[in-house]
Amino acid sequence: MTVFYLFASIAVGASLLVIAQRNPVYSVLLLIASFGALSGLYILLDAPFVAVIQIVVYAGAIMVLFLFVVMLLNAPQEDTEFDARTHPLLRPGPMKFGALLAAAFTGELIWALTRAGGGSGGFAGGAVSSVEALGRILFTDYAFAFEVTSVLILVAMVGAVLLARRDDRPGSRF
Amino acid sequence: MPPGISLSDFYYILPEIVLTAGALVLLVVDARLPRGSRALTWVTMAVLLATAVSLVPFRNTDVEVSQGLLAVDQFALFFKVVFLVAAAMTVLMSERYLQVEGASFGEYYFLILCSTLGMMIMAGSIDLISAFVGLETMAVSFYILAGFIKPNQRSNEAAVKYFLLGAFSLGILLYGMSILYGVSGTTNLRTMATVFVGHERNPLLVLAVILVVAGMEFKIAAVPFHMWAPDVYEGAPTPVTAFLSVGSKAASFAMLLRIFVEGLPSMDADWRLLFEMLAIVTMTVGNVAALTQSNLKRMLAYSSIAHAGYLLIGVVAGTPRGISAMLIYLLIYSFMQLGAFAVIVMMRRKDVVGDELKDLSGLYHRQPFAAFAMLVFMLSLGGIPPTAGFMGKLWLFGAAIDAGYVWLAVIGVLNSAVSLYYYLRIVVFMYLKKETIGSEPTLSPALTLTLGVAVAATLVLGVYPGLLFDLAEASARTLGASGVTAAIR
Repeated sequence: MTVFYLFASIAVGASLLVIAQRNPVYSVLLLIASFGALSGLYILLDAPFVAVIQIVVYAGAIMVLFLFVVMLLNAPQEDTEFDARTHPLLRPGPMKFGALLAAAFTGELIWALTRAGGGSGGFAGGAVSSVEALGRILFTDYAFAFEVTSVLILVAMVGAVLLARRDDRPGSRF
Repeated sequence: MPPGISLSDFYYILPEIVLTAGALVLLVVDARLPRGSRALTWVTMAVLLATAVSLVPFRNTDVEVSQGLLAVDQFALFFKVVFLVAAAMTVLMSERYLQVEGASFGEYYFLILCSTLGMMIMAGSIDLISAFVGLETMAVSFYILAGFIKPNQRSNEAAVKYFLLGAFSLGILLYGMSILYGVSGTTNLRTMATVFVGHERNPLLVLAVILVVAGMEFKIAAVPFHMWAPDVYEGAPTPVTAFLSVGSKAASFAMLLRIFVEGLPSMDADWRLLFEMLAIVTMTVGNVAALTQSNLKRMLAYSSIAHAGYLLIGVVAGTPRGISAMLIYLLIYSFMQLGAFAVIVMMRRKDVVGDELKDLSGLYHRQPFAAFAMLVFMLSLGGIPPTAGFMGKLWLFGAAIDAGYVWLAVIGVLNSAVSLYYYLRIVVFMYLKKETIGSEPTLSPALTLTLGVAVAATLVLGVYPGLLFDLAEASARTLGASGVTAAIR
């Protein structure tokens, strides 16, 4: 339980710092810390495969890409100017209102967690922790969702190619 | 074949397989055809037609397939037909628009087909996992479609806004779903319904309901989660706006009904109260904000927000009658909304953007048929007999009164009266103003067909509404076929 609270507080603290930082590079590095703590939580939940994937895919591959993009964009400071086109709700005053809502929600969550007497259903338990079991369930019980995910990724690929490719029409800026 | 999967699983998802295969074929055909070939429009129509034909064997089935991820029932069938009709009309009106904008066809039609696939999965899902994957497939397609006209900055803005807010709302929805899973230990909605009986006062569940409601409200563009709609509707390519306001909304309503009526019937006191308040606010804010708009697409965006409010009345009523009224209204709304957007597509010419109210001036003298069609759609959206919009509202409000929500119906009627102001303003511009701008707007054969179908459907369903009624009633009854219906009072 102590280990849980350790990892959980690192994850929450790092996530809070991610949005509090003005320097995007710091934000990215803190996000890696948050992901690391999350993978610790997955190990506690008896899901070592997910924990490793979390490190390899998210903390490794994706965050390196993030860092590349941040460096390519060369944006050392976040742009915090609010011009007339900013929606009224996104200007500094209403942002405090948003923070208030978030605080209220956190309060509700704590209240609900302390009041609720645990789950009402049963879990399959740690039966799906191994890679083999995970693969088996992915290709049998959740085969349909797995197949649809491949379409989803194809859509994202087509979209990425479409938005990134050079337009060969004359007079186009892209 | 691995255990747990049988051939029948493939048989029951035949429409989805046909649609996916068709979309992939389209992508390959696109690479072989010369750029800008119009043949792709007909390939896309053929794929949609084949999918519609493959739905025929399932007109009377009511089974759970794919290990309880999907239900193939009348409810799903009704929505799948709505999606296919909406997609076909969108494709027909897209050709002209893409030509004027000089955009490529292949990826566009591919994304339209994939978003339709996502919608069909959403309507059939009785499991949170498959519902979410379907929602994502639809949403990602729309993020890209919204930004399809790359040189247009407003299109870029629409795509970025929709993507960021969509991702955020999806996070909220997933948080709610994860709590539901945490409390019940299952992602299957029908199992969840039985597990939750007797746990109505669990505070975690109340919190989960609020989170899921917030996530779904974003997708149907209900107040106070509607901020994205006007900007995205205005910036996105007009046919995409049409499909977004009809298909995406209908699919989200289908998923919403599945989650709340099938999965959380024991929590109905909570979600009914939430939807009741949201319906009132949504109707009122949508209609009042639409009054002052001068951009047609923005006006129709607010009008579609208001319609989300009317449709929520059906969810609040929750009776089979309320749900069937909602289904009927969704189909009718598809025809009138798509038709109105087809007229705006026609107004887009080389020299005119054509989405401002003043661009419609004198349309009656230049394009009498289009002006008449727009007149029918506006009257129908406002709920004037003998159009289908009137019948739809009649049933919807009737179901509300039936279920004891009289004042909800009263507010709905008052709002319809307010909405007439801005719908009729369009008619005034078309018929009474003389000054004209830019070149002559012309109808292409595909656009004429779209408008013709939409006008015919709007008028015929207004005069012979019985055609739809039995169908919708049967669909509404199959919702919650596993004995959950008893929990809905």
